[in-house]
Amino acid sequence: MTTKKNKWISVAVTIVFAVITLTALFPIISLVIASLRPASGLMREGLSLLFDPSTLTFSNYFSIFSESGQQYWRWYLNSLLISGMLIVLSLFFSSMVGYALAMYQFKGRNILFVLVLFILMIPFEILMLPLYQLMITINLINSYFAVMLPLIVAPIAVFFFRQYCLGLPKELMESARIDGCTEYGIFFRIMAPLMGPSFAAMAILQGLTSWNNFLWPLLVLRSSDMFTLPIGLSTLMTPYGNNYELLFSGSVLTIIPIIILFLFFQKFFISGLTVGGVKG
Amino acid sequence: MEPSTSTQVNKTKTTQQSKLSRFLMSKKVAPYIFVTPFIVSFLLLFLYPMIQAIIMSFQQVLPGQVTFIGMQNYERLLNPEFYRALLNTSIYVVFTVLILVAFPVVLAVFLNSKLLKFRNLFRASLFVPALTSVIVAGVIFRMMFGESETAVINEMLGFFGISPVDWRYGSVSGMFLMVMLASWRWIGVNILYFLAGLQNVSEELYEAADIDGANAFQKFFSVTLPSLKPVIIFVSTITIINGFRMFEESFVFWQNNSPGNIGLTVVGYIYQEGISQNDMGFGAAIGVVLMIIIFVVSILQLKFVGAFKED
Repeated sequence: MTTKKNKWISVAVTIVFAVITLTALFPIISLVIASLRPASGLMREGLSLLFDPSTLTFSNYFSIFSESGQQYWRWYLNSLLISGMLIVLSLFFSSMVGYALAMYQFKGRNILFVLVLFILMIPFEILMLPLYQLMITINLINSYFAVMLPLIVAPIAVFFFRQYCLGLPKELMESARIDGCTEYGIFFRIMAPLMGPSFAAMAILQGLTSWNNFLWPLLVLRSSDMFTLPIGLSTLMTPYGNNYELLFSGSVLTIIPIIILFLFFQKFFISGLTVGGVKG
Repeated sequence: MEPSTSTQVNKTKTTQQSKLSRFLMSKKVAPYIFVTPFIVSFLLLFLYPMIQAIIMSFQQVLPGQVTFIGMQNYERLLNPEFYRALLNTSIYVVFTVLILVAFPVVLAVFLNSKLLKFRNLFRASLFVPALTSVIVAGVIFRMMFGESETAVINEMLGFFGISPVDWRYGSVSGMFLMVMLASWRWIGVNILYFLAGLQNVSEELYEAADIDGANAFQKFFSVTLPSLKPVIIFVSTITIINGFRMFEESFVFWQNNSPGNIGLTVVGYIYQEGISQNDMGFGAAIGVVLMIIIFVVSILQLKFVGAFKED
């Protein structure tokens, strides 16, 4: 009796969740549909779901591969380069710091760790104007480096690496020292390879943060050929825009690679993105 | 004579070098080398701008000409535009916290329950919105919530006989758009926090509740929720801080130029005054006030939920 009742509850709950999930995915499905519709009216009139399926067209995607699409690919390249370089730099530096905070006893260690936590609590937006001024002063405005700089030693990544390293076997360090390995050799040759999963999680966190980063790049990037994808796409959102074809097909091509990566590396995405509720 | 001196110099150089390298290689020095990137980044990208922001907030910053003007920037903050920004941000914080705590808790409980089939599929799908950038999300929301009666949401309302809404032109509907956008993007992440928290709730508590004849609702309120308290504190704290930092969710709808300032937020005001109007001193003052607000609200919130009490 109760098992039969439970079975019905189970079916009902599953149906409710199917509806919730479809609602959550509905905006993304809408975007894909929109990218297949004539773009001119979409921003003004909105997407209608009551349309004739035979009017679906790939013409928006053709525009991306036409001459007007060239700037889009430039933005794509900028985003890829910035995110790629940032992942390499920030993993390198943040893992070193996190490792030292976890594995060594040294003077000032606790203060440094408290500072890491403190920075985590302070919103970047408060520091943004002086940093913007600094970028102007040292002539870094409109460069990849300026976009990456605030994210290179990310406190959130330092924190994550530290927590991960606490679980590493310290005996390995001792035996490596006896074998004549230097402290740096221990980190790069012995410990870092053991930190694989944490590197994967942080690569995803930093990559996605950088890929979707908006306010800071908006300040420091000046010319269209330096724009990243979010900045470039946002310039197409003006009410007088004549490039909506690019906006819709371009938006789809911005998120589809991420969703595909997510399907393959779900585990790392989830551990990376839940480490501190960072804003993307 | 000469060649021998030069070898001697070389010799001392090499011994010096090896001394230096031995010093750098030692176990005592290595951790400091490892943490150097953080120290440099802390001084240059945190401490310096922090101090500079506070100094600037007492200055009038014009290109090549900086004058100390005392509290004038702060006095200028007493204006209706700033109140509007503060009000909008506060309303946004309240709604996002309520939505982004309540819904994820309930959804996570079901996603953790064996009653639900295809749990992994649902978890993954609810997480997908978190992968979209706020700009792409904005593109999507703008065409779904278009003003005309042929836009999806207005079409659906029309199906129930409700007349089309001018989403981006009313203060209530404008706030609704921003809150919806944020909730849609963040719900999956918060569900994962609560799912992680649920793994730590002990089975014994549920068994004890079963013996006492508690029903599902009683179990939720007297076992699940209290056990999730630390996660609830954590999630609400980050949601509050992120709420006060809000800028993009408004920018995608109005490009920082909303009718009657219905979408103006505190960070949007920093951007408008500090960058667009190039009044950095005033912008910095807004930032300092924002920092104080976040600090006070976080402390009050942690006190309210009893985070400082020892259980």
